[in-house]
Order: sequence, then structure tokens, then C-alpha cells
Amino acid sequence: MVALSHLGVSRPLHPLHAILLAFPLPLFLGALISDFAYRSSFHIQWANFSSWLIAGGLFVGAFAVLWALINLFRRGPASKGRLVVYFVVLLATWGFGFVNALIHAKDAWATMPEGLYLSAITTLLALVAAWIGYSGFHRAGEVK
Amino acid sequence: MIRSSLLIGTLALALAACNGEPEPPQYGASPNLPEPQRGLLPSMKIPRPAQWGNDLPKVPQGYKIQPIATDLKIPRQTIVLPNGDILVAEGSGGNAPTLRPKDLIAGFIKSLGKSSVKGGDRLTLLRDADGDGTYEMQGVFADKLNAPYGLALVNGSIYVANQDALVRFAYQDGQTQASGPPVKVADLPAVINHHWTKAMTASADGRFLYVGIGSNSNITERGMDAEEDRAMVWQIDSQTGAHKPYATGLRNPTALTVQPGSGQLWAVVNERDEIGPNLVPDYLTSLQEGGFYGWPYSYWGQNVDPRAQPQDPEKVAAAIRPDYALGSHVAALGVSFSTPAMGENFADGVFVGEHGSWNRSVPVGYRVIFVPFRDGKPAGEPIDFVSGFLVDDGNTRGRPVGVTVDPRGALIVADDLSNTIWRVTRASP
Repeated sequence: MVALSHLGVSRPLHPLHAILLAFPLPLFLGALISDFAYRSSFHIQWANFSSWLIAGGLFVGAFAVLWALINLFRRGPASKGRLVVYFVVLLATWGFGFVNALIHAKDAWATMPEGLYLSAITTLLALVAAWIGYSGFHRAGEVK
Repeated sequence: MIRSSLLIGTLALALAACNGEPEPPQYGASPNLPEPQRGLLPSMKIPRPAQWGNDLPKVPQGYKIQPIATDLKIPRQTIVLPNGDILVAEGSGGNAPTLRPKDLIAGFIKSLGKSSVKGGDRLTLLRDADGDGTYEMQGVFADKLNAPYGLALVNGSIYVANQDALVRFAYQDGQTQASGPPVKVADLPAVINHHWTKAMTASADGRFLYVGIGSNSNITERGMDAEEDRAMVWQIDSQTGAHKPYATGLRNPTALTVQPGSGQLWAVVNERDEIGPNLVPDYLTSLQEGGFYGWPYSYWGQNVDPRAQPQDPEKVAAAIRPDYALGSHVAALGVSFSTPAMGENFADGVFVGEHGSWNRSVPVGYRVIFVPFRDGKPAGEPIDFVSGFLVDDGNTRGRPVGVTVDPRGALIVADDLSNTIWRVTRASP
């Protein structure tokens, strides 16, 4: 562990995991911007865009959550800390995103303002999750 | 763990939304209106189709009910022709696109409570030549229509309100088949057709036809632009086809009728969903020419619905309170004035067909009620006239739509789930 920190070797995510993780942030951010547009214009199409953007973030994000969960069990105990944090933040992103999807399923202005707040929270969480994920993880196997 | 607690939270909220049911029924001129409420998930309970077996719907003592036509293709509205023949409009309309993920899911769930038969897009004629109560003749009067719904016979013509146009057939007494394709009288608003049914009735003198045009959304979630020429009743000149809005702000006017004697136009209207099991009551009302009835800005007079934005305070101030609440989510789809031939207890009033609820954890509707009238106005509690559609396990054997009083003393009820026409008469004295 110590040696690893010295070396500063940080393994990037598996490319496929990285691709999956690339979806939630821009999609949830898109929903947030779309919610702002709806709030200022009353134009319903923005609310529809938000609904689909959130659904897309949830769909692809679910696979990223699954991957993060499996990683918890695949890797040795030495480097688990960051993996757990990454998984929890990603799961929280997904959970808030799911509630946000339900809020956005309400009709017309009933999505406001809760939908806007939840879009902001999920975007922030997605940013944190992506930040942790793309910072990479030490591989326990390398210590040995 | 976070996810499971969220799910539990979701469930708790959804359950919270169901609290307060069942409430005392909301009938009459001043219904009790609770605060709007909506959990994370809308309450949905879809009674699934069940079979009649040897059972029949329940009718009051002294009355009997018989199926006079079965295996129809989604019967909706009926009229009784002068010679006693019954004309049935069969069809299913609407072409609303999926705008949100919700539309996919909600559409699937609601489809569970519907018949799987394809709409017939036709008019079926039923005849009881010997007057024994058995309609031994059943034939197609006209087909290749487009989701026909409203029917009227005036000026020697049968007028049919398709989902996209008002058309007419020349008709002579005793005719069993249209002599040719129909003539178009007027186009009707048909873009999207979220609420596609075009209810219709004719003025007593036959000069005007009144056509109900439902809104293109629950509460403007398809955008305000989609609501042009929607949520209103048109008055259409039966000769020229020229139209003008007669009454507006009516979310979904699903059946229209003219009161015998006064010539007053009445409607049953389905109100908005997703603000609680006891909001907003569907209603029966006389329609004032030029009147505005609230949708989408407000309900039951001046109760503002903030889901419709931008709001219009002037419209809210002008909104008329309807005459008589039928209860929330009952989905009234048929209305017909009674006659003395229906018997003493049911001589003065209207029959209302209630298709039944989906947006409520305890189902309501699924019956035909009688609303008694006094001095030309609704007076008193509704009485069950045809019931017993719902069965104990929460499924349903039928869903009433159009109701028509036969002046000879019978009530004709169209049932679009069991694809049956029911006929209620007085049991032989």
C-alpha cells in the first residue's frame, strides 16, 4: 500500500466502465438546464426533454452502478475505501435520479420546483462520482 | 441501503397519497373538496376484466336487465330510432404520441383494464321486430368510419361524430343499411386527440348540433398550443357545417343531451386527475351559452390549479361552478333524460353511465346511476340503477359508457369491456 502511494500508480477505470460512467453527468446536467428553460419559458417541450434525459442517465447509470458494485467484491480488501465511496456516491446519484424521474412524471407545472432542485442535486452527485471514478483506483493485487 | 431506503420512502409517499380514502361521496351542488395531494407515484388501480358467466348486472326491484347484443366491437354510444331500432357506435380512437417515459408505462397499465377487441369503426343496427324484447336482428348499418361516437337523428339524417369529422347519412324509417358513404358536414379538431371521443346531441328543432371536444391532455402537459379548439362544446349548424364555441373550459365533455321541454343543453364532464383520490369531481351540468367552466386554470369554480402555467386570473374569476358533482374519477361517459315510461321512481331525472376509475386505490363508478330532478334541476342523492359490474376480487365484468332512454320505457346501456348492449326494462307487472 505504502509503496503504491509512493509510486502514485493509479489504474484507470476499465474502458467500458468509463464509457458507462460518462453518461450520467452530461445527461443529468442537460436535465437541469432543461428544467431552467421550462421554468423561464413555460414551454412543455423542455419538461419532456428533462424526462428523457433523466431516463437516459438512469438507464446507462444503472450499469455503471452495477459495475461499481461488482468491483467491491472483485478487488482485495487493501484498496476498498475509495471503491466504497465511489459506489455509494454513484448509488446516491442513481437514487436521487430515480426520485427525480418520478417527480418529472407529474403533469405540467407539478414538476416545479422540486424537479429543478433534484436535477441540481443529481448533477452535483454525478459530478462527484465521475470525479472519483476518473481519478482511478489502486489495485490491491499490485501491492503483493 | 440508500436505494432501499429511497424505495421505502417512495412507497411510504405513495401510500400517504392513498390516505383519506374512502371519503364521503361527493355528490350535488357543493361537494367537499379536499386539498390537492399527489405522492411520488399516482394512485393507480386497474380492475382487470372478468367474465359474467350466468350473472347479470344488478337493477332495482321491479326491473330486469338483458343483454340484447353481444360480441360487438367496442360499443360506446347508442340512439333509439323512431321505429324502435337501436343504432350502436363502435370504435376506438386517439393517436396521441408518446411524449415522455411516463406515457409508455401509464399506457400499458391502463390497457390492462380495457377490452382487447379492436374497435369496429362502424354502426351496428339492432331490431326487435316483434316487440318481445329480443333483438333478433343485428346488422352493420355503416362501416369504414373513424372512431364514431356521438349520434343524432334530425332532419331525416343520421349524424355521426367521428373522431375527426361530423358526417351524415340520409335515413328513412325502417332502413337497415346506409344507402352509401356518408357526406361530410364539418371537420372536427383531431390533432393528437388525447381525448378523442366526440360526444353529440341535436337541438330540439334540429337546427344545431352540439359536439363535445375533449382536452388534449390531463392538465396541459402536452403544451398550451395543443389545446387550441379543445376542452369545449361546439355549436354546429346542421345545414352549413359552420361552427362556434358554445361553452368552453370543459376538460372532457363526454356526453351531451337536451332536456325535454326546456330545450336546455346538459353535459357530463370528466375532470382532471393526479391531485388526489377525491379531486376533482366529474360533473353533470347545464351549459350556458358562452360560459367558461375552468379548465385548465381552475376547477369547481375558482379553485386554482397551479399545474396550468402561465395562469390566467381573469379566466379563473369568470369560471362557472357546475350544477352537480358526480364524484371524483367516476368517469361519466353517458347521459340521458328519463321519461315517465321508466316508472314512477325514475320518471324525472337523468341516467348517467360511469365507466369507472383508474386513478384511485378504491375503484368508483362502474355503474349507471339515476340523478333525480325536481323543477328541471338535479335534486337529491344519486341512486344506483345498474350496478354489480365490479366483483369482490377487485376485477370488473363490464364498463358502462353511453346510456339512452327508449321512450317506450327501457334504458339502453353500452358496455365497452364486455362488448355488450344491455337493456333495462320494468319487470312485467
